[in-house]
Amino acid sequence: MASVSDAKSLVLDRITHRFASGTMAVSDINLDVKGGEIIALLGPSGCGKTTLLRIIAGFIGQSEGRVIIGNDVVDALPPNRRAVGIVFQNYALFPHLSISENVGYGLAARGVDKATRAKEAQRLLDMVQLGQFGERLPRQLSGGQQQRVALARALAIKPSILLLDEPFAALDKNLRLDMQIEVKRLQRMAGTTTLIVTHDQEEALSMADRVAVLSHGHLEQFGTPSEIYDEPQTLFVNTFVGTANRMKGTVLASDASGVKVALEAGGEIIARAPTPVSASDKVTVCLRPEHLTFVGDDTGFAGEIGMALPLGATVVHEIRAKDGSSIKISQARTGGTPLREAGAAVRVAPLAPGLATVFPQ
Amino acid sequence: MKSATTAPGDVTSFSLGLALPLGLAFAIFFVLPLAQLVYLSLHNDTAATVWGLGQYVKFLTDPFSLAVLGSTLLLGAEVTLTCLVLGYPIAWLYQRSGSRVQTLIIMIVLLPLLTSVVVRTFAWIVILGRQGIINSVLQSLGLIGTPLRMIYTQGGLIAALAQVQMPLMVLPLITAIGRIDPNLSDASASLGAGSWRTFVKVMLPLSMPGIIAGCTLTYAAAITAFITQSLVGGGQMLFMPMYLYQQASTLQNWPFAAAISIIFLFAVLAIVALFSTLGRRARGYGDAR
Repeated sequence: MASVSDAKSLVLDRITHRFASGTMAVSDINLDVKGGEIIALLGPSGCGKTTLLRIIAGFIGQSEGRVIIGNDVVDALPPNRRAVGIVFQNYALFPHLSISENVGYGLAARGVDKATRAKEAQRLLDMVQLGQFGERLPRQLSGGQQQRVALARALAIKPSILLLDEPFAALDKNLRLDMQIEVKRLQRMAGTTTLIVTHDQEEALSMADRVAVLSHGHLEQFGTPSEIYDEPQTLFVNTFVGTANRMKGTVLASDASGVKVALEAGGEIIARAPTPVSASDKVTVCLRPEHLTFVGDDTGFAGEIGMALPLGATVVHEIRAKDGSSIKISQARTGGTPLREAGAAVRVAPLAPGLATVFPQ
Repeated sequence: MKSATTAPGDVTSFSLGLALPLGLAFAIFFVLPLAQLVYLSLHNDTAATVWGLGQYVKFLTDPFSLAVLGSTLLLGAEVTLTCLVLGYPIAWLYQRSGSRVQTLIIMIVLLPLLTSVVVRTFAWIVILGRQGIINSVLQSLGLIGTPLRMIYTQGGLIAALAQVQMPLMVLPLITAIGRIDPNLSDASASLGAGSWRTFVKVMLPLSMPGIIAGCTLTYAAAITAFITQSLVGGGQMLFMPMYLYQQASTLQNWPFAAAISIIFLFAVLAIVALFSTLGRRARGYGDAR
């Protein structure tokens, strides 16, 4: 089995693809994936993430750019010669073949003899804890079991790259978490460089070493989950990953330590600016609900409570700011944090300067 | 009416009552004539007065009759195979095409059904005949000296029947191939299988329900195609429907004709049963997606 050290790297070099209709599917995507990494391609539907997956697998020939696996440019290779393992969203198990034959399918295509195939299939099925199910047909297994078979089938060919297309979308919520842990465990064992395509940000943040956020065919940001969450580079990333309150404001001053912004709702806050802004620029300020707190002094901005939502472990207050914008604050509910009455006047400020982010309008 | 007095929610009495008209029609127009046919066939003499199995013995011990049965069943197999070999690529092409090409394919496939069988058959006579299109083209190109004999041959008959029965093969195949998850061929390719292996190991087994259905329909239609068999086959080739017709209509030997019908019926049923057994085994594939 491949160890982490000899896992293949994957480089997408200026990948651009236009559909036959002329629509731009992905545009100038650069990704540099290290051997053994788990990468998530995160984005809403239609952002081009599935197109990118199909380009890597070889089902689509990109219009421009190169796909490099290890040291080889694979653009000229058809899918069956790329050694890229895929787990499809609907698993795509062969319904007429037994579980064991499904897992051994790739080995059969490589001319491996029947006895070796059966042994290897059994080893992989044991690995995904389905050792007893080799003789069954796919439809006799549950969704989670089918997914493990699909994973074993993809790993059987010792792929240089493993691609997972929305792998958990069809599972119910409890099973999803179990499978996420399972997939991560198996990926560690096999050490295979892995790409997960998903629209589920929690899945991307929890599974991946690094996350690539895509929007309308563009790569918005590529970084670790904490970079994506804490230091979003674009307004899209800030609002798509996690939740964010958006307020309008004008830059008062900008220096190395941060940007001072006058909010339209009144008040001033200090924020971080991923793209340079200068004084008097109109900006959008993003504030995460969990980064806000009620304050007793005159920092932050004023508003009145619209609604209080006790959500178990957290409590969310919805606040009407002076300019009419609706702002949410989320707080941990420790020791019975009191719910605030609707209509009460409050002041709200970020927990620390720099937790707010501004983007040019 | 009885159904009016049953408790609400008891749907079985309603549905039985509603099935009555069709059931009656079946009884009068299908079961009754069939029973009459069986009754007739169990008589040894032409006037149907002496009971006995003589007609069956006569057929089953007569080499000529058995040869007619054999050549009819063989003709069905040949036509079915021709339809399958030609129809599968058409169904395949249909599933890989855009909607405009799909409409065109469906139209071309269905066109024979919209024309009278007599017209279609005469068209084949025009195409295959001694002075027909094929022969005159080949002759004017200087490729052949004397006209090829195509009409009144087994080959010509198979071609004509295959064209007429093609929709019966292509339509079930289109449905079956369309039901196959397109991800399966992608999955097969990603696992290292070339397109031929993917076809043999995945696509062909999974389209088996359509193949079986198409073959059953084509076979049943081909061996009973009286008009095409007679006109394109001509007088030298005798198949069961014509044999039957001669006995009943020309020779007025009704009991023997009835026995031929029953034997033919069972021969066809045996083959349909064989297909449907294969179909049951194959159906498992089609369900799961």
